[in-house]
Amino acid sequence: MLARGMSAQFSAADLHLRFGGVVALAGVSIDVERGEIFAIIGPNGAGKTSLLNAVSGLYRPQRGRITLEGRDITGLAPYRVAKLGVARSFQNIELFAGMSVLDNLMLGRHVHMRGGVLDGAVYWGRARAEEVRNREVVEDIIDFLEIEHIRKHVVGTLPYGLQKRVELGRALAVEPRLLLLDEPMAGMNLEEKEDMARFVLDINEERGVTVVLIEHDMGVVMDISSHVAVLDFGKKIAQGTPDEVRADPNVIKAYLGEESEAIRAAERAIAAEPVA
Amino acid sequence: MSPDLTLVLQLLIGGVAIGGVYALIALGFVLIYKATDVLNLAQGEMLLLGAYVSYGLIAQIGLPVPVAFLITLAFSIVLGITIERVALRPLIGEPAISVIMVTIGLAILLRSIVIGIWGTEYRVYPDVLPKESAQIGPLSVSLEFLWSFGIAMALVALFALAFRYTRVGIAMRAVADDQQAALSMGINVRFVFATSWVIAAIVSSIGGILLASIQGTGILLATLGLKALPVAIVGGLDSIIGAAVGGVIVGVLETLSAGYLDVPLGGGVRDVAPFVFLVLILLVKPYGLFGKERIERV
Ligand SMILES: Nc1ncnc2c1ncn2[C@@H]1O[C@H](COP(=O)(O)OP(=O)(O)OP(=O)(O)O)[C@@H](O)[C@H]1O
Ligand SMILES: [Mg+2]
Repeated sequence: MLARGMSAQFSAADLHLRFGGVVALAGVSIDVERGEIFAIIGPNGAGKTSLLNAVSGLYRPQRGRITLEGRDITGLAPYRVAKLGVARSFQNIELFAGMSVLDNLMLGRHVHMRGGVLDGAVYWGRARAEEVRNREVVEDIIDFLEIEHIRKHVVGTLPYGLQKRVELGRALAVEPRLLLLDEPMAGMNLEEKEDMARFVLDINEERGVTVVLIEHDMGVVMDISSHVAVLDFGKKIAQGTPDEVRADPNVIKAYLGEESEAIRAAERAIAAEPVA
Repeated sequence: MSPDLTLVLQLLIGGVAIGGVYALIALGFVLIYKATDVLNLAQGEMLLLGAYVSYGLIAQIGLPVPVAFLITLAFSIVLGITIERVALRPLIGEPAISVIMVTIGLAILLRSIVIGIWGTEYRVYPDVLPKESAQIGPLSVSLEFLWSFGIAMALVALFALAFRYTRVGIAMRAVADDQQAALSMGINVRFVFATSWVIAAIVSSIGGILLASIQGTGILLATLGLKALPVAIVGGLDSIIGAAVGGVIVGVLETLSAGYLDVPLGGGVRDVAPFVFLVLILLVKPYGLFGKERIERV
């Protein structure tokens, strides 16, 4: 069997990231194969979001190397990473709240628009053709995500679940080769979660996009991902197929540890409460 | 027409013309605020520098007016880029108050440069706009006013359109709305910041030239530039249309109060009136006439 990583489309190797005294990543490595859905799980504060931020250039790791299709992208400015075809969504929705759904998606096309201020005027024909193509892509996504009815709505006024969907749509508009999703289903009800899971699967299967997904809902992770990495305190403590990971004693300990820690904290809080 | 009405109309026309120039200057202020969240208190001094550089090139070196304007334009571009790179970029992520202090420091620096080179005495700006008046009925309208207003408004309209329809303009709006998201869409935020400063420097310089040619060249021009602040706030700090309307309102208020209130009240009302109006507007509309209400989510 070929070792994972030999043929990886995207890898992070030995990433170290510290904020003052807080260690967010302590030597994390992951290898993502082309065309898979790769899940990252782990307790709160494990470093999952930090990992994605390091990949997309928002955080600069103190050590380690990130490669995309053989190219070293460590420390590249975020907009350059995006230009290489890496799109993402954010844990705490980052949409252009004052703009319409359509405008948000059109901004996803930014990397596919050429030229400067004069372009629109000088190369009118080319600009037109480009515009038509951009609109086609965006309309196709609107169709796919079933958000036709809200295309003109100002994003800031939409309910949370729909905002998450619009954010996914905007990332899709980039036509990415690598899609990073930070808890796309967090805070959703069951039906919304199912929709979202279906969209992610379709994006992966029909559009052939490699997906890296952070998710807390184990059920979803087990259902849709082909490979899982588990982070805890900035370290990768396990990886493998969903089944392998589920059975891994380290993982069980990390999750139970978190629970028992929470229970202990609750007990302490109750003990500290003055008796009236 | 009664002499009273003639006077009012005369004052109105002057106010609208000056207001147009204020609007142009406020545009620079609004762009920087929108894109970079910086309140640029050096806008007046940027205007001052633009006015003096063009004055020097025309009146002292003797260059032809178009050449002098082109050089001033190039100078503004360099000025905008330099300010953004040297003074503002290192401050990204610092508290707003630090950034404001830096723009105040910048204002003092630019003003000192102007005083160091040109001194403080008042100078007459060379004739670049026609000085004659057109007679419309009983009104005599200075062509200089008409030209200033026309140039200023054309530029405001141009920038408003560019902001809406060009790739850079749309990127600027995106950055203004959500920086992180803009970055993740492949927008070069630093380039957008630099562009805002360059545009602000350009419109300040042009505004400076127009004001200098109407009112003469003096250090007080910087104070006029600071009018951009009430203009922008009245209009709504993040609205280009607001800047345009706010500019005209402040210009009209100024000339009307200069015409009617300065004599009975002993002068200086024209400088206070815009601020009184500002306070009144903010009481009713805290985000300005055209400003977007900021919805803070917790
Ligand atoms: N910008 C930052 N400044 C300081 N500390 C940070 C920053 N970003 C992350 N951290 C810290 O790094 C650690 C990892 O945080 P991160 O957000 O990556 O965790 P996470 O696994 O995404 O958690 P969650 O499941 O709660 O989203 C935490 O201790 C966090 O406080
Ligand atoms: Mg997170």
